[in-house]
Amino acid sequence: MKSDSPLFLVAQDLTLFCICVNVQSQPASLAAEDISTNSNGPKQDSLFDDDPEDLFAEATEEVSLDSPERDVLLSDGPSPAITPITPPTSVITPRIGHTHDDMFTHSSFDEIEEEEGGDSFDIHISVSDPEKVGDGMNAYMAYKVTTKTSISLFKRNEFAVKRRFSDFLGLHSKLASKYLHIGYIVPPAPEKSIVGMTKVKVGKEDQSSNEFVEKRRSALERYLMRTVKHPILLKDPDVLQFLESSELPRAVSTQALSSAGLLRMVNKAADAVNKMTIKMNESDAWFEEKQQHFENLDVQLRKLHTSVESLVCHRKELSVNTAQFAKSAAMLGNSEDHTALSRALSQLAEVEEKIDQLHQDQANADFYLFSELLGDYVRLLTAVKGVFDHRMKTWQKWQDSQMLLQKKREAEAKLQFTNKPDKLQQAKDEIKELEGKVQQGERDFEQISKTIRKEVSRFEKERVKDFKTIIIKYLESLVQTQQQLIKYWEAFLPEAKAIS
Amino acid sequence: MMEEVKETASVLSVHDDSIKVTEVLKDGDTLTFIIVSQKLSGTGEYHVDRTYEDFEWLQQHLFSQGDVPGIQGVIFPPLPAKPQVNASPRSIKQLGFLALGECQPYCKALETFLQQVAAHSILSKNKAVEVFLTSSDPPGRQKVKKNIFNRLSQAVEEMRKEGHKDVDEFFQNERDHNLVLTGCTKTAAEKFLDVVATEQKIAVACGHFSTALHLCVEPGEDPDKQAFSRVCVKLSEVFESIKKNMTSVAENNVNTLGLGLDLESRYQEAEREMLFRRTCKLVELENAQRNVEKAKPVKKAAMEEVKKAAETEFEHTSGVAKQEVKSTINNCIPHFHVSFHSGLVC
Repeated sequence: MKSDSPLFLVAQDLTLFCICVNVQSQPASLAAEDISTNSNGPKQDSLFDDDPEDLFAEATEEVSLDSPERDVLLSDGPSPAITPITPPTSVITPRIGHTHDDMFTHSSFDEIEEEEGGDSFDIHISVSDPEKVGDGMNAYMAYKVTTKTSISLFKRNEFAVKRRFSDFLGLHSKLASKYLHIGYIVPPAPEKSIVGMTKVKVGKEDQSSNEFVEKRRSALERYLMRTVKHPILLKDPDVLQFLESSELPRAVSTQALSSAGLLRMVNKAADAVNKMTIKMNESDAWFEEKQQHFENLDVQLRKLHTSVESLVCHRKELSVNTAQFAKSAAMLGNSEDHTALSRALSQLAEVEEKIDQLHQDQANADFYLFSELLGDYVRLLTAVKGVFDHRMKTWQKWQDSQMLLQKKREAEAKLQFTNKPDKLQQAKDEIKELEGKVQQGERDFEQISKTIRKEVSRFEKERVKDFKTIIIKYLESLVQTQQQLIKYWEAFLPEAKAIS
Repeated sequence: MMEEVKETASVLSVHDDSIKVTEVLKDGDTLTFIIVSQKLSGTGEYHVDRTYEDFEWLQQHLFSQGDVPGIQGVIFPPLPAKPQVNASPRSIKQLGFLALGECQPYCKALETFLQQVAAHSILSKNKAVEVFLTSSDPPGRQKVKKNIFNRLSQAVEEMRKEGHKDVDEFFQNERDHNLVLTGCTKTAAEKFLDVVATEQKIAVACGHFSTALHLCVEPGEDPDKQAFSRVCVKLSEVFESIKKNMTSVAENNVNTLGLGLDLESRYQEAEREMLFRRTCKLVELENAQRNVEKAKPVKKAAMEEVKKAAETEFEHTSGVAKQEVKSTINNCIPHFHVSFHSGLVC
């Protein structure tokens, strides 16, 4: 009985894994739901789309050709020349004067979405071949970014470019400044790590710096894939330029200690203070509920992340200990005279060594699959929360202009009784302007609310899909490890039996 | 209750390999072990309950057989260290594998001790063994005064005599070999203990992860939420089973290879002690020989006597020792055989 029980236990767990792998069969039903809700999305925007769609659809294109500062989205693939080098406005400030175009572009977004709603998403980006360029403190890692796609947006089906880490950061800051404040969840770029990079720059060729580079490479790949999965971001000219053009202007503003960096920090602090002072009258319960939901999710994911990290740590430890045991068993085998026993011990040592390797691989799987995924989502949630904050700011702006209008109206009323016709006219003009602003503010607020709703539902779907894929991969790797373990031990069993 | 233990040799009335430590009862701080053994006559069993002190009593009696010729050459089966209900970190370290698991490894170690004693041609003849295994009353608890193994003094002399060159090549080889083997086994046991400890840590971490996943389950009508919750629950179950697997693997490891390594390690220590005693006897003999040569004629006869006594003792000891060493090889194999054969999963 004893000789069977351990293997039996492993076999039991294998069946459980198989049951769980069958979770895979679920996507069939989920996918159907995906498509249906997708097509529902754009149709929800019934509020004011009907008008702008008719009036401004053509105007969109006109406006974009005339004024290059507008970062307008066109499906014809504009030549990158139109997009100027973005000034270091990585600070997320709402652009008051440009809200017109944002509205137009939204309607054109919706159009495009409706057109291509049924298209299959076919693009695959891989980040590979990290190469150290340069020497000393000016050195950096260049990564090869390969894109394989059949989407017509791109000039070719397969192409590759070389990019460095600051290029990725630059891309993110451009996207963030364009989209975050109107409610799109822009995936955050991987974090800077001064310690990690310094080690690489200095030229330390050891395990930890290799791990660091691999971790970063993987993170960059995931970042790009997430970005292009977003239907709007995929078509952004900056993204296209990043993926396609061989030369990219250096993104200087991403350096931590630059003036732009300091500006960022200051604004972050200001934002935090503002957040505390804005008291929003939430008319829509959906938003409140969602915000609460994301708060909870954040807490849960962080907890999960900590658990997984400790698991990874222990597995690595197990691998180290197994290796040491293998060595000591080998020594014991060598000193034992009894030949069968000695051989058995040496074999045991070998098996343990192989197992140690297995444990190492399993630890890596745990880490890269799970831990990084959880980390990514914790960071993504920050972006999501940021989007909600922007909505609050938009509301605040609207309220502010409303209050200002109110004041101006009161002032105008007062002026009515005095005899100053030019001042009165001025007041009347100001009021007209303000009325326009108030209307715009209201429209902005409606728009951002609508966008957020869509984005949140897309985010949730992506989240489920992501987790499911990773979990399935992880389970498969677990099953493989167990099967391999069984093979090793079964090979060893005859040796053990032969001792006596 | 004090039992008068006669020094006459006796024959053990139970089958040595039938001795089992079946249970351990905890009563506050004291642990009582239930020992079952089959009668040789084949008509039943003996059930006795003993505490650790009783085991020590037995060991003391075995040690104090000063009049049995060559007793010093016997490799005394090692008794595991004293167990404690609320063990201090030091005693846990001392017990090693025996501190892990419930009481199973420890009981097995005690069982092996008794089996080895009962199977030993010289030791089993001691009346104390019979009393220990068959008497329904607990054996006497008072310490036997005459003890040839005064550990304290040995520690000091060990430094000097351990390296004393042997006259017999067989024994010299055996001593060297034993030294190496003891070191290796101890290291292997320690490393394996680390492995098992880490496995247990992983099991705990899996448990935490599983719980954390359960917390992610959200109620709601939303199909996305439901899908996510389903995934989390499934994964939580997986990790729960991983945890169980790891726990049982660690347990298995302890009960088999861990126990085997521990027994082996302690047995080799016992052998080392025996070889050391023999070496001491050798030194005594050589001293006696020197004294005889140096002695004045008046004392010569007396010295001669001493030398003869030392010689005889040494010969007896060596004789027994040689037998013991040769049978050692048969002793340790079964341990490993059992270990490897009955549970290998890592």
